[in-house]
Amino acid sequence: MTKVLYEKSRGLTDTPLTYCPGCSHGIIHKLVAESLVELGLLENTITVASVGCSVLAYDFFNCDGIQAAHGRAPAVAVGIKRTNPDKIVFTYQGDGDLASIGTAEIIHAAHRGDNITVIFVNNAIYGMTGGQMAPTTLVGQKTSTSPLGRMENLQGRPLLVSEMLSTIPSATYIERTSVHDVPHIRKAKKAIKKAFQNQAENKGFSLVEVLAACPIGWGQTPVDAAKFVADEMASYYPLGLYKDEGVAK
Amino acid sequence: MAKNRLTVDTVVCKGCILCVPACPLGILAVDKETVNAKGYNPVKCTDMDACTGCAMCAMICPDSAIRLEREV
Repeated sequence: MTKVLYEKSRGLTDTPLTYCPGCSHGIIHKLVAESLVELGLLENTITVASVGCSVLAYDFFNCDGIQAAHGRAPAVAVGIKRTNPDKIVFTYQGDGDLASIGTAEIIHAAHRGDNITVIFVNNAIYGMTGGQMAPTTLVGQKTSTSPLGRMENLQGRPLLVSEMLSTIPSATYIERTSVHDVPHIRKAKKAIKKAFQNQAENKGFSLVEVLAACPIGWGQTPVDAAKFVADEMASYYPLGLYKDEGVAK
Repeated sequence: MAKNRLTVDTVVCKGCILCVPACPLGILAVDKETVNAKGYNPVKCTDMDACTGCAMCAMICPDSAIRLEREV
């Protein structure tokens, strides 16, 4: 008899992922899918995909899904959640979506304390459109629109989304994680699971920021890109729990 | 000792080799003799008998291309 030690989660469809080799989106998709299956929420979940590389996320998660205009995923998710309060609704957004054009929507979803889950993938670049500088690009980091590296005197320092959202009184749970190695993948999964559990328990707005690698956009090999996340990104974006006020409403 | 079986879905594997440094035993390597339809060299296990089934390779694989089973 054989026992399966690890296999592709049934929370993902058979559609092959369209992401580049070594892209962290695949790992984060897996963690979301596994969490939903383990919590028994998969059949009751609605995905709200954003604009960016993860625009086709509704094709990959084995649950219902919709795709929102750029940055507006939290607004769409709030609409779905308020009209279908028994469903689990989550947005899956990148930094170009959530931390740039969608800052108003994410801040006000947190401000109202809407009972949704947000998976925020921070890879410090606009991956889909060709590696342009994002509000989360590190100072000195070279991109196609900052060929000399991001300059603090011209473009400021990167936006710290988790720190910012943790100051909002009605936000419930904010944690920053990373997926650059297996121990951190395990921690990220725990955080994502908690963010969905919070919604199931009607605790309010939960956001998990995941530091991710964009090897192709950064011009690095996947292994070097994972090292860049561990050394450079995690030192500017400190990992950890920023807010946890889990009181059921 | 229990016998483990590691299967790589060579159609899905994009050869990113994130699994290679993740393996504590260093028994994963690029299979240079195989090229899949996307043009990538998938990975393979070079010493199946040594595999402990820790599944760290499978956990880090972005494309869920690694499946691990154990004979019990």
